[in-house]
Amino acid sequence: MSEHHHDHDHDHSELSETELRVRALETILTEKGYVEPAALDAIIQAYETKIGPHNGARVVAKAWTDPAFKQALLEDGSKAIGTLGHVSRVGDHLVVVENTPARHNMVVCTLCSCYPWEMLGLPPVWYKAAPYRSRAVKDPRGVLADFDVSLPKDMEIRVWDSTAETRFLVLPMRPAGTEGWSEEQLAELVTRDSMIGTGFPRTPGAPS
Amino acid sequence: MNGVHDMGGMDGFGKVEAELNEPTFHEEWESRVLAMVRAMGAAGAFNIDTSRFYRETIPPHVYLSSSYYKKWFLGLEEMLIEKGYLTREEVAAGHAMQPGKALKHGKFDLTQVERIMVRGKFGRPAPAPAKFNIGDRVRAKNIHPATHTRLPRYVRGHVGVVELNHGCHVFPDTAAMEHGEHPQWLYTVVFDGRDLWGEDGDPALKVSIDAFEPYLDPA
Repeated sequence: MSEHHHDHDHDHSELSETELRVRALETILTEKGYVEPAALDAIIQAYETKIGPHNGARVVAKAWTDPAFKQALLEDGSKAIGTLGHVSRVGDHLVVVENTPARHNMVVCTLCSCYPWEMLGLPPVWYKAAPYRSRAVKDPRGVLADFDVSLPKDMEIRVWDSTAETRFLVLPMRPAGTEGWSEEQLAELVTRDSMIGTGFPRTPGAPS
Repeated sequence: MNGVHDMGGMDGFGKVEAELNEPTFHEEWESRVLAMVRAMGAAGAFNIDTSRFYRETIPPHVYLSSSYYKKWFLGLEEMLIEKGYLTREEVAAGHAMQPGKALKHGKFDLTQVERIMVRGKFGRPAPAPAKFNIGDRVRAKNIHPATHTRLPRYVRGHVGVVELNHGCHVFPDTAAMEHGEHPQWLYTVVFDGRDLWGEDGDPALKVSIDAFEPYLDPA
């Protein structure tokens, strides 16, 4: 079998049953000619290094500074992001939903783990786990409290359950005190959670 | 199927625990599982709906006690065996014992990586005009298929309003079972929190799902 990626310094006796089973499966898929291990490495490397919330943050910062782009983004997220050559490429049916003083948006996938990978990278464990998936649609304020986030009682909370091949990205409100900031500066304020709807952007001057 | 994966509205799972500075993967094997699922899917061994269905059919006690990538692994291994890409004997031996089955899109090699960095396309030409318009009131059907569906239990029987029309998409219910794509109109349908959760529900809550046309009746 290929020696690929198996040459690190784990003692085999320390490998868990799961690790052994995963290795065995990869060995079989490689020996049967289905996959090239180097191609698997390349996939992993892309998710570890290239694709992450910085992609979404640039889109949000652009929307905060360019009203025409913002309008296009809300009309057709995929199309608008496609015009920004410098941001990660994005698939069809990305829907961008805007937070306003009257409405807060939050995204969940109650059935599995659908998430805008191209904008935010792979989802965090909590997004894929039972507590969030079960409660987000029934008690979103309770979920937000787990993130130390609270909203005015009469503010509408809109929860988007990603049950199809559409993907949702929250456009958070631009923090006060950022007048005249550049897109690059603004992007630094945009957190992953603010684009899921379980947090807010950083405020100017707060520790990151 | 009315599986334990359909979690919307369940109680008792406790607080959401976010990990500070969470790594992309917690263990190396998780990254290999993710890559194998993406690679074998891209090579044409299965579609995304079939892979979801195999995770849903993991026994409930195993589903609830397994980490995310463990579920991915269990679903992948079983699916590849059942679809004839490998055998239980090979899994037990940890090695290939016979030649591979032909893959629809061929071996997944380095030249294929770039194309999977963008999500696949699920939009399809419309076979018929849309039944519903934006603003229409619709009732989510009270259906309980034992096979794959993307209509969560917590909206079944409830009335909502059509807010967005996303065009025609591959229908997961048939695609998962390898019964064809049967494209269907896809709508965002919004429900009032109190309609879903009763008088104790949050009065300021609205919840939407994306619903395929066969999930909906006029209301």
